[in-house]
Amino acid sequence: MMTDEIRTELRQFVERRFAGIELTDDLDIFSLGLANSLFSMELVLFIEQLLKTQVPNQELSLDNFRTIDAMVDLADRLTAADRRQPAELG
Amino acid sequence: MSVQLSRPAATVRVPARARFRAFVDEVVTPSAAGYDRLGAIPPEVLDAVSAAGLWAAVLPRARGGTGTGMVDFGVLHEEVGRGCSSLRSMLTVHSMVLYALDRWGSPSLRERWLEPMVSGQVLGGFCLTEPDAGSDIAALRTTARPSGTGYQIDGLKQWTTGGQCAGLLLTFARTERGISVFLVDGADPGVTRQPVEGMLGTRASMLAHVRFADCRVDADALIGAEGAGLGLAAGVLDIGRYSVACGSVGIIQACLEASVRHAAVRAQGGGPLRQHQLIQQLITKMAVDAQAARLLCEHAGWLKDASDPATLAATCRAKYFASTAAMRAATDAVQIQGASGCGPEADVARYFRDAKVMEIIEGSTQILEMLIADDACQRLGAPMTGGGTI
Repeated sequence: MMTDEIRTELRQFVERRFAGIELTDDLDIFSLGLANSLFSMELVLFIEQLLKTQVPNQELSLDNFRTIDAMVDLADRLTAADRRQPAELG
Repeated sequence: MSVQLSRPAATVRVPARARFRAFVDEVVTPSAAGYDRLGAIPPEVLDAVSAAGLWAAVLPRARGGTGTGMVDFGVLHEEVGRGCSSLRSMLTVHSMVLYALDRWGSPSLRERWLEPMVSGQVLGGFCLTEPDAGSDIAALRTTARPSGTGYQIDGLKQWTTGGQCAGLLLTFARTERGISVFLVDGADPGVTRQPVEGMLGTRASMLAHVRFADCRVDADALIGAEGAGLGLAAGVLDIGRYSVACGSVGIIQACLEASVRHAAVRAQGGGPLRQHQLIQQLITKMAVDAQAARLLCEHAGWLKDASDPATLAATCRAKYFASTAAMRAATDAVQIQGASGCGPEADVARYFRDAKVMEIIEGSTQILEMLIADDACQRLGAPMTGGGTI
């Protein structure tokens, strides 16, 4: 999946979850007072479902999920890692 | 996100349900009242669960689990919940710990603990609640400080299901980077337990208060990343909520079956109770609630099997509905049996006490109302504050 497709999917997911949100790619979603820990886990599951891989422990920092940009960067790292070593979705 | 249930799940699940039901009817139900009075599940029953391979239904077969999927996991927990909520509670926390170990545990932790956890040789305990922290995880006071190459854990955990016998403790503690999660060997000399007796419900689930004092663990006892505890809690509690939701369906079913049996033989006013329309009303509510709650659980389980993130919200709704419906069903089941339903030997009295616990554990009714309302408002464009609730 290309980076632009991933960005679009992530934006659509967040916009469905928070209808009416004025979302920019650098907006800190967690600074709005809307998101809770349940949402952070939803994001983890969504990215795993999207990329068909598991987010490794060292990438579970909240900072990787604060903005669309950060999540796209995370997705790029996971995709690159998978190219080096194919992983299996749990 | 909408999901189409394209096949009649209840029909597809008949073989698994029949197997689980037969196990519960043979091994669990006949003595469940005795476990309640004893305040413990006898070792031979725990061994029977092991022999039947039921401790690891949360894991896929490739990693040592039964591999039947999360819908069947739900059916198992419903059937066990129908027989004994205490045993179901122990299955719940064991599944939560096993899930966390498999999902986020280091290779060395998995190497050491996965096999004994899968077999049930070692049982899991979930150490989150403290004297001043429960629903508000961010308030917890247990600390994990750097010590040598690992951590030193100090603090007091309360109401740990299975805490009297758990060999592996999933423990939430505060570190420099925030709330973090550790898997602690229950045999560590820094771990002491105080059994809790005389609980209102799930009396046989062998609760304990667990104290960590100068408890030293290696660095790889940390699961996930340091500071990722709130997110991990959401994932682990999702498994627990799903189990409790399904167990609540089991309570409703048990209430329904007990009520129908009693109403068929108890005669009042010239005929059996079942001929009285007000009794029929109570039975109707139980029958419909059982089916509605079961479908909500199946939906949540189906989403889990599809790795769909919508499962988290679906599980909240299932647990909210099923646990409150279980309380209604148990109240009505006692009402139908009258004074005999209040007696010390009455199964429905046990269901009543157990159902109350279901409204509290793994997300109280009020916490779930906040989460479900937030979710609904946010999806419809009327955001409310989410904050740090779980």
